[in-house]
Amino acid sequence: MRTRLPIALAGARDTLPLAIGTTPFAIIFGTLAVAAGFPPLAALAMSAIVFAGSAQFISLSLIGGGAPLGLIWLTTFVVNLRHALYSATLQPVARDWPLPWRALTAFWLTDEIFAVVERRLQTAGEADALPYYLGSAVFFYLNWLGWTAVGALVGSRLPGLAGLGLDFAMIATFAAMIAPQLRSLTPVAVALAAGGTAWLAHGLPYKLGLMLAALVGVTVGVALDWRNKEAA
Amino acid sequence: MSDYLWWAILGMAAATFPVRASFLVFGHGLRFPPAVVRALGHVPVAVLTAIVVPEAIAPGGQLNLSVANPYLVGTLVAGLVAWKTGRTLLAVAVSFAVFGAMRYSLG
Repeated sequence: MRTRLPIALAGARDTLPLAIGTTPFAIIFGTLAVAAGFPPLAALAMSAIVFAGSAQFISLSLIGGGAPLGLIWLTTFVVNLRHALYSATLQPVARDWPLPWRALTAFWLTDEIFAVVERRLQTAGEADALPYYLGSAVFFYLNWLGWTAVGALVGSRLPGLAGLGLDFAMIATFAAMIAPQLRSLTPVAVALAAGGTAWLAHGLPYKLGLMLAALVGVTVGVALDWRNKEAA
Repeated sequence: MSDYLWWAILGMAAATFPVRASFLVFGHGLRFPPAVVRALGHVPVAVLTAIVVPEAIAPGGQLNLSVANPYLVGTLVAGLVAWKTGRTLLAVAVSFAVFGAMRYSLG
C-alpha cells in the first residue's frame, strides 16, 4: 500500500486546479440551496450522495418551484447522460478491478475526474490507474463536500465570490489537457466539430448541447479514422 | 418540503449512479470491438472542447471574440503553453496569471 500512496497523491495533485475551479460552484450551490429552503444537512446530503454539479444546480430551481418528483429525477438522468460515455471509455481499463472499486469509481465519475484520469492514461498508460483514480476522486469529492458545507452554513455572508474568476481555473485546465493532443488532423477536426457544435447548441436545456457536441465530435473522429484506414 | 426534498435527493442519486455505473459495473463483461474502442478514444477531446468553447468565447452567455475577453485569451494561453511544454500545471499557472492581469487592468 505504501508504494501506492505517492500515486494517489499525484492523482490529487493533478486534480488541484479543477478542485479550485469548482470551489466557487460548491459554495454557490450550498448558498443557493439554503436560500431555496433546504436545511444545510440536505444541501450537504445532495452533494454527498448525488455528487453531480450540473444536475444539482438545475434541481435547485425545480425543487424550489415544487416540480413533480418524476420531472426532477428525469431531468437529472438526462443531464448525466454524458457520463455513460465516460463509463464506456474507462471500461476497458477498469475491467480487472474488483467490483467494489468499480462501483466506487463509477460513483465518483464526474467530468473533472474523468478528464484527469484520461490524461494520466494517455501520458502514463494503465499502470496504477486505480490508486491514481482514487486519489483524484477522494480529493475532489471532499473538496466539493467541504465547500458545499461552507456555502450552506455561511454562504450568505460571503459576498462576491462568483466575481473572483476562479471558474477560469477549470476552463484553463481542460484547455491545457486537450491542447497537447491536437497534433494531427483527426483530433483537431474532432475538437473543431465538438466546440462548434457546443456553441451552436449551447441554448439547449439540460446539458443536451454538450451531449450532442460530444457525439458530433466522436462521429467526425470515426469518419476520419475510417477514411485514413481506406487510404492506408 | 421535507419528505419531498429527501425523495427528490434520493431519486436524483438513483438517476445518477446507474448512468455512471452503466459500463464500469453492469457492462463490465463486455468486450468492445476495436472500432468502438477507437471511437471512444475521441470522447475526451470532444467533450472537454465542448465544455471549454462556450465558456471561453461567451463568458456569461454573451459572445465576445475580442482580445479584451480574458476568458478567451486565457484559454488560448493555457492551450498554447500546454501544447509547447506538455505541462498542465504550468499552463494553468501561466494562463491564470494572464487572466488575472487582464481582469485587473480592464477593471
